[in-house]
Amino acid sequence: MAQVTEPETDNLGETLAVEAGGHTPWREYFSFSTDHKVIGIQYLVCTFIFYLIGGALATAVRTELATPDSDFVSRELYNGLFTIHATVMIFLWIVPAGTGAFGNYLIPLMIGARDMAFPRLNAIAFWLIPPGGILLLSSFFVGAAGAGWTSYPPLSTTGEKAGEFIWILSVLILGTSSILGGINFLTTILKMRMPGMGLNDMPLFCWAMLAASALILISTPVLAGALILLAFDLIAGTAFFNPMGGGDPVVYQHMFWFYSHPAVYIMILPIFGMISDILPVHARKPIFGYQAIAYSSMAISFLGLIVWAHHMFTSGTPGWLRMFFMVATMIIAVPTGIKVFSWLATVWGGKIRLNSAMLFGLGFVSMFVIGGLSGIMIASVPFDIHVHDTYFIVAHLHYVLFGGSVFGLYAGIYHWFPKMTGRMMNEFLGKLHFVLTFIGFNLCFLPMHYLGLQGMPRRVAEYDPKFATVNLICTVGSYILAVSTFPLIINAVWSWIGGAKASGNPWDALTMEWQTASPPPVENFIGEPVRLTGPYDYGMGDRNSGIPMPESQANTPMLSGGPTVS
Amino acid sequence: MQGTIDTSNAAIQAEHGAGTHGGHHGDHPDHRIFGIIMFLVAESMIFLGLFAAYLTFRSVTPDWPPEGTPEMELLLPGVNTIILISSSFVMNRGNAAIKKNDVKGLRFWFGLTALMGAVFLVGQLYEYFHTGFGLADNIFTSTFYVLTGFHGLHVTFGLLLILAVLWKSLKAGHYSSESHFGPEAAELYWHFVDVVWIVLFTILYLF
Ligand code: HEM
Ligand SMILES: [Cu+2]
Repeated sequence: MAQVTEPETDNLGETLAVEAGGHTPWREYFSFSTDHKVIGIQYLVCTFIFYLIGGALATAVRTELATPDSDFVSRELYNGLFTIHATVMIFLWIVPAGTGAFGNYLIPLMIGARDMAFPRLNAIAFWLIPPGGILLLSSFFVGAAGAGWTSYPPLSTTGEKAGEFIWILSVLILGTSSILGGINFLTTILKMRMPGMGLNDMPLFCWAMLAASALILISTPVLAGALILLAFDLIAGTAFFNPMGGGDPVVYQHMFWFYSHPAVYIMILPIFGMISDILPVHARKPIFGYQAIAYSSMAISFLGLIVWAHHMFTSGTPGWLRMFFMVATMIIAVPTGIKVFSWLATVWGGKIRLNSAMLFGLGFVSMFVIGGLSGIMIASVPFDIHVHDTYFIVAHLHYVLFGGSVFGLYAGIYHWFPKMTGRMMNEFLGKLHFVLTFIGFNLCFLPMHYLGLQGMPRRVAEYDPKFATVNLICTVGSYILAVSTFPLIINAVWSWIGGAKASGNPWDALTMEWQTASPPPVENFIGEPVRLTGPYDYGMGDRNSGIPMPESQANTPMLSGGPTVS
Repeated sequence: MQGTIDTSNAAIQAEHGAGTHGGHHGDHPDHRIFGIIMFLVAESMIFLGLFAAYLTFRSVTPDWPPEGTPEMELLLPGVNTIILISSSFVMNRGNAAIKKNDVKGLRFWFGLTALMGAVFLVGQLYEYFHTGFGLADNIFTSTFYVLTGFHGLHVTFGLLLILAVLWKSLKAGHYSSESHFGPEAAELYWHFVDVVWIVLFTILYLF
């Protein structure tokens, strides 16, 4: 890793003087602030609220599915529930929380910049989210869109027109927000790094955001194109996707998946980055294979752009083309596997602190591996044709999206909460949160693999009674999951108000964001930021002399102030 | 990773000028131009998606344009194309002028560009009323209106950018050889709209 850059001691003194943090008055969070830290927290809280709403919708879906033929909701409402549930989870929680919230909060701090490249654009990107989300939910009042989050025609052009149109509008708004964010991240990472910080000295989160932002920029506009055409079909009588009028519904699928396959990497890459930054801190070891992880993000991003049609194996794609997409998809397992093995090698033999952040980090790795394995299974054409549109797909996507993205976001919340608020979180509540989430999640989604293999179709409100018991188990799991959010909410609110004060660097971490006060002052660093070590030089030696020193001392960087929570 | 520091350090120093606080220039013109280019990458992807859709519709439809579609006139869109392409060169004169501190020149050339853009739009509207087919007649007419219409929207937006630059140039000293990000960004955008039109014109009318 990078060596000592500027060992001038007067600068060091200045950095040490920043213990007084910048507390932001609460009103600031409800205003058009251009401070990236305020915007990051606005994103986080706002998307978390949408997550709770999406979770409530999921609970309603599972309640309907608790018994084979319950009348909890009407069939139309059921379609609306799972459609809006999925849309909220993807466009209002995972995508904006991974990129918008953590990207905004962390990138400038990690690269020693005072703010994002375009602070006002940043605020605009955030302020598109609440109206976009409220618009989406308002579609319940006119008969919600019920064609699933993929909105395939002809289903989407023959159902609830008003609800579907609102769905299109809100996704366009949220997509615009995402693109504006992507432009900002790319410019910030490529142009705003502090002097002396090369790309290879950045924390891995920044690499991951670079890859994710490139994907946003290239793929999201194509979705916008598809939705514009769909809107014309819906309201202007055109027939782009209607074979009766000379159109072709498969064109929609191609355009949709050209976005939505990369979108899964837009969702997971920031999480990969966060995990790569969290594991070394709490295992007290340098990251294993920095460059392998950094470049595999770029490889994933590139490969992610050329495999979209694996979602369309059953859409009449010709055989030779299916082979191409199948092989290309399986190749993505290589860079992904590189990351997983690097994480394992990082924690292997480390002095692990099993706090809440680390628990969720390790939970992420294990759950994501299960999702990744079922992903390789469905990448093979014959198997996919067998389980297409069954609960096996639902199980797979939740292992990657919930077991992957949500576990990762939770880990990020526990890890960076002290930095964001200047307060420590309660470890007992954190661990309770982890245990409930882990049990609820696996109870809810593991049995769905079985359901899918047995042939239970997805997106149905009624099913064969032979699936009754397993479905009931899933529903109980979903209730545990719903309950599991309470310890987190209580913990966050209570700790923010009255938690123990956090020092600038409570975890003894080495990335730049921990070298300023918690929470950081308005322009992040008082004076010029100074890099004292590479981001992962745990146990690598004294940062001033470059001479290796004993593990015990090496783990205590000079700047640490507060207690080490283990 | 050892050793990366020195080279990257040098690169960054060169980029920001040694000794300056690199990385902290909130509105460094360089960054803003980079941002505009990223924005245009995103814009290109919308058009690429729509073009790909157009070409697919075309390749799966037995006769193109479908039977019964009135013959397309080439004269008006051809003239329009020439006007739009020339306007890019006209606009370029404007930026050359401001780089020499010639605000009058900037106003003249940008004003001329705006005029040419407006003529293009009027021409397009005229064409719309004389094609003899409607939006929802068949798959060809639908793609025709949506593609040219979406491009027209971009021309309109570009026109607004140019007008904004003209408006700001009325304030003495707003643009100078030192500070001309606005005109430069408007020009980049205009060239982009132009290039998109060339592709559009080729696949829609010629090919
Ligand atoms: C409390 C946790 C959750 C529960 C109980 C839950 C439940 C469900 C159920 C039962 C379905 C199936 C609807 C169907 O296809 O019939 C579904 C679909 C889906 N969920 Fe979740 N979900 C949860 C969390 C999440 C999260 C966190 C995400 C994403 C980040 C997510 C994304 C999706 C997606 C993309 C679909 C596919 C919808 C479709 O088939 O159109 N879910 N969810
Ligand atoms: Cu995919």
